[in-house]
Amino acid sequence: MSENQIKNLEAEFEAKISRDEKIEPKDWMPEKYRQTHIRQISQHAHSEIVGMLPEGNWITRAPSLRRKVALLAKVQDEAGHGLYLYSACETLGISRDELYEQLHTGKAKYSSIFNYPTLTWADMGAIGWLVDGAAIINQVPLCNTSYGPYARAMVRVCKEESFHQRQGFEIMMKLAQGTPEQKEMAQDALNRWWWPSLMMLGPTDDASVHTEQSMKWKLKRKTNDELRQQFIDQTVPQADLIGLTIPDFDLKWNEERGHYDFGPINWDEFWQVVKGHGPCNKERLAARKGAWERGEWVRDAAMAYAEKQADRKEKQVV
Amino acid sequence: MMNKNLYNYILGVADNSLILGQRLGELCGHGPSLETDIALTNISLDLLGQVRGYYQYAAKILGGNASEDTIAFIRKERDYKNVLLVEQPNTDFAYVIARQFLFDVYHVLFLDQLQHSRDLTLSAIAKKSLKEALYHKRFSSDWIKRLGDGTDESHSRIQNAMNDLWVFTNELFQLTEADKEMLNEGIGVDVTQLKADYYNQLNDVLNEATIEIPEVKFFQKGGKEGVHTEHMGYILAEMQYMQRAYPNMEW
Repeated sequence: MSENQIKNLEAEFEAKISRDEKIEPKDWMPEKYRQTHIRQISQHAHSEIVGMLPEGNWITRAPSLRRKVALLAKVQDEAGHGLYLYSACETLGISRDELYEQLHTGKAKYSSIFNYPTLTWADMGAIGWLVDGAAIINQVPLCNTSYGPYARAMVRVCKEESFHQRQGFEIMMKLAQGTPEQKEMAQDALNRWWWPSLMMLGPTDDASVHTEQSMKWKLKRKTNDELRQQFIDQTVPQADLIGLTIPDFDLKWNEERGHYDFGPINWDEFWQVVKGHGPCNKERLAARKGAWERGEWVRDAAMAYAEKQADRKEKQVV
Repeated sequence: MMNKNLYNYILGVADNSLILGQRLGELCGHGPSLETDIALTNISLDLLGQVRGYYQYAAKILGGNASEDTIAFIRKERDYKNVLLVEQPNTDFAYVIARQFLFDVYHVLFLDQLQHSRDLTLSAIAKKSLKEALYHKRFSSDWIKRLGDGTDESHSRIQNAMNDLWVFTNELFQLTEADKEMLNEGIGVDVTQLKADYYNQLNDVLNEATIEIPEVKFFQKGGKEGVHTEHMGYILAEMQYMQRAYPNMEW
């Protein structure tokens, strides 16, 4: 292709995005667009899959049958989200096995939040309320992102996520209105999950390397700091409502800005976790790799069986 | 006065689903593929959904402060009436599938009868559960074939699992006192009548899967009378922890 032809394609591509038309798998796209989307969609898929672990940790110990069933359904939804997202990612010309390989070798990341441990039942409430809440703030704009398969996957994901968030809030509310022991459990979970949830929305704007390009491609509509502010503004009244205290002494309504002011985030901790040294990074990755390695003979068996069946069918036809 | 036989009968049915659902719940996030992970979680979810229906009914019979949760979380090991098969550990995927298959074939035959129970609540739960059990059976039968007729390794693993678990099958067809009473009243199922069909169906699938029928002369039993394997105490310690540590609270 001549340089001129590429320039034309690029211009046509940019025009499409500015007209809010979707880019589809067979359309021409700049290599960087393809790579950025593979990175983001796969990170998103990996987050769903790794995210099954901290919650899966409490399935066998859920305190009532109703909660156990709801938690199972939720974790199953997450596995489903992983499937949609891997499929969306595969439309960009990469296989699910390659994506797993990237996760298992640490080349691909997943959301830092899932490197925190779930220590009490209240963590199931905190994750639903805060972690899914922050995820929704991140993800709702993605329902309109420029890459069609990703946008369509996100429409389905977001519907289920907001259901999970309500469920999580309900768990917290029940605890906060329960016995003193239950309320203490809820407050402790909020204390441990609050700051990591704020970190989920990514580094501050001046430290975020991908923001500018992602805004151009409509992968992002608002900056990390704007999204974080939105999350805080929306969550503080919810905490007030159920009588829990946000663990931030600097948190205060700012009449002039029309937003909450909040204290400094510990970015050292964020980078420590992102670089693989959080409380559960090793366990999470080991669990995923272990499942994959232990499952190899099962996947081989399924392949061998499918081949034998295909052979038999062929012979029958002949 | 409460109908003790009916209450015990319901536990005998529902405890199987609870303990198997609990075992499958342990696997969440650790399956050999995302698809099997979803499927096993889905089966667990179905089974626990069934349990809630049965226990809510049992709680009504028990009266007082009884609830589905007191029945699940406050009973002790000797009070559980599930068969030994369902409490066996998730040793590897072959054991999970073998256990599931051995249960599902029974479960479908059983529910197919229970839906004709004179007890309308049990009949309704059975009708709903039967649809789910048919799906479970299809999943586990398909995997029996894939593993049996897959690679040498998968063949030997599923054969081993089948050999080890076969000793627990015969218990499925033992009648308890509650079974006999409920049978007389047209409420319960005569499980002894399901046995021939059960082993025939197993034979068909295992033959197709090139798995040899285990030659077992001695069987294990006791679960229905609350005499369990040593696994049971650990399952309950984990499952009941919250209700034991924080009794009488709402969640």
